[in-house]
Amino acid sequence: MKVLQRASASRYGLATAYLLAAALLAAAPLFTSDFRLNLLAKFLAFAIAAVGLDLLWGYTGILSLGHGVFFGLGGYAMAMHLKLQASGGKLPDFMEWSGLSKLPWFWTLFQSFGMSVILGIAIPSLVALFLGYFTFRNRIRGVYFTILTQALVVISVTLITGQQAFTGGTNGITGYGELFGYSLAAPEMKIALYYVTAAVLVVVLLLSRFLVKSRFGKVLRAVRDGENRVRFLGYNPAKFQMAVFVLSAAFSGIAGMLFVLHVGIISPSMMGIVPSIEMVLWVAIGGRGTLIGAALGALLMNGAKSVFSETYPEIWLFFMGALFIVTTVFLPRGIVGLVADGWHRLRLLGRRRKGVPEHERSRYSAV
Amino acid sequence: MNDHVILRCEDVTVSFDGFKAVQGMNLELKKRGLRFLIGPNGAGKTTLLDAVCGKVKPSGGRIVFQDGIDLARRKEHQIAELGIGRKFQAPSIFPTLTVEENLELAMRQKRGVLATLRTRILSSERKLIRTRLEGIGLGGKGTLRAGGLSHGEKQWLEIGMMLMQEPSLLLLDEPAAGMTDRETDKTGELLQEIAQERAVVVVEHDMEFVRNFASIVTVMHEGRLLMEGTMDQVQADERVAEVYLGKRREATC
Repeated sequence: MKVLQRASASRYGLATAYLLAAALLAAAPLFTSDFRLNLLAKFLAFAIAAVGLDLLWGYTGILSLGHGVFFGLGGYAMAMHLKLQASGGKLPDFMEWSGLSKLPWFWTLFQSFGMSVILGIAIPSLVALFLGYFTFRNRIRGVYFTILTQALVVISVTLITGQQAFTGGTNGITGYGELFGYSLAAPEMKIALYYVTAAVLVVVLLLSRFLVKSRFGKVLRAVRDGENRVRFLGYNPAKFQMAVFVLSAAFSGIAGMLFVLHVGIISPSMMGIVPSIEMVLWVAIGGRGTLIGAALGALLMNGAKSVFSETYPEIWLFFMGALFIVTTVFLPRGIVGLVADGWHRLRLLGRRRKGVPEHERSRYSAV
Repeated sequence: MNDHVILRCEDVTVSFDGFKAVQGMNLELKKRGLRFLIGPNGAGKTTLLDAVCGKVKPSGGRIVFQDGIDLARRKEHQIAELGIGRKFQAPSIFPTLTVEENLELAMRQKRGVLATLRTRILSSERKLIRTRLEGIGLGGKGTLRAGGLSHGEKQWLEIGMMLMQEPSLLLLDEPAAGMTDRETDKTGELLQEIAQERAVVVVEHDMEFVRNFASIVTVMHEGRLLMEGTMDQVQADERVAEVYLGKRREATC
């Protein structure tokens, strides 16, 4: 009985925290400037990608250092649509500069917004499925898989940079400002886009939570703990690995599309090695295998980044480096792990005072 | 094929880069019963189990399961689905899942990605898990993380997982290794009990354990079948003594 009461007490605490967070998210446009709101919206988009990465890394134990590519592919899908809208039936400017006279066939697919959104999810998913099929089925895992994802980044960035006529090259795709004929810079539009992003994040979090709590999620954790044991129980681990890899790529694609709507540019540098690694750091710092930690990590890290870079333009990178080192050395379970441990210790203190026997106190299960 | 035979290994050969760990091994198992597989180190006992459960592919011979299923063509997870459970020497459980969750995943069920997404645990399944927990002496520890169990408890949990699979053939590699005498005896009794409904093969080094619980013993030597019989027959056999004593003499040199 006591255990039950305690569990429900901490559940109330958690529910309150989530409600508070939701209220904060909903009320943010009331007390932030347009500039800050736009930043926050961008960070929320990053958080969507981070949650997907947590499913893959935190729960299934597969480290991808190539999610920038999936983010970028989503971003490019949206940017291509916006660019076509902005060009108003004419050839996009950078194509003209490169000497093209006709719109390439694959660009015509992006004339419809709906199709662009579908492709912004489908293309990253298919790329992930392709890579996952050839790696997981052949039991390539651990560091070898991670190296392959880095190779994917190098290949994609080189390809996009090299095909300037079709992709805008190093400059990326920019120079657009309207969606459905409404200006992306208008305050109402900014607020609407902010709410769309926040809503998508909430949906992604709820969906991920459902997945993690289902038996599917237990199999994912089992794959992380012992892939061979899973195999000899009769599950095919490769299928589960592919499924979660594709899903996390899709989340990154969605994040990329929203990012472009907030920022108005996508270029190869935003999908390169450094952004790919940064995404992993958000998850590590927030707390692996917690979902909400990944989202928090993305928000806090990017928040810290913009605060430091505004306040200490010369040395802000050192602050960021120090933050990374401190969290990885002292907080192996991230911020959420720290909070959970602190909460647990507080409760132990409280119980000791009430005189709960020792063996009851030491009962403690994580995750 | 004989109705009572569940597994037949015919002339099975397994080689690793030219080294033949198993060469021309023959083995026939009935649908029910406990079979011990013994032999000196390097006799190919574990490799034979690996070949049956699909971990290694035999380079020659046939492994036939039930009515004519050729196991050499199947993948590990497919072989497990056919009803062959395998326990490795080191306990391998899922340490970050709870004890109950370990059993839940092992439970007989559809194992596709979509099936695991849709399924909910039924109260009858929960009852089954509870019963199994009691059976393996872990009642009351269901909600603990499996990683926190003692070595013996982990071995038991893994045996419990094997049983949840409801296999018709169970392959166990030194299930009593690292256990106390009492735990070993309990394990032996459990094995005898579960062998009443299915075929169980146990690779074992502990002769005391084999003597106490074996009905039929298969002795392997250098990848081949040396002899098969009751423990008394095996102990009386000169070749078996030679194989074991020969090894011992080498070891003392």
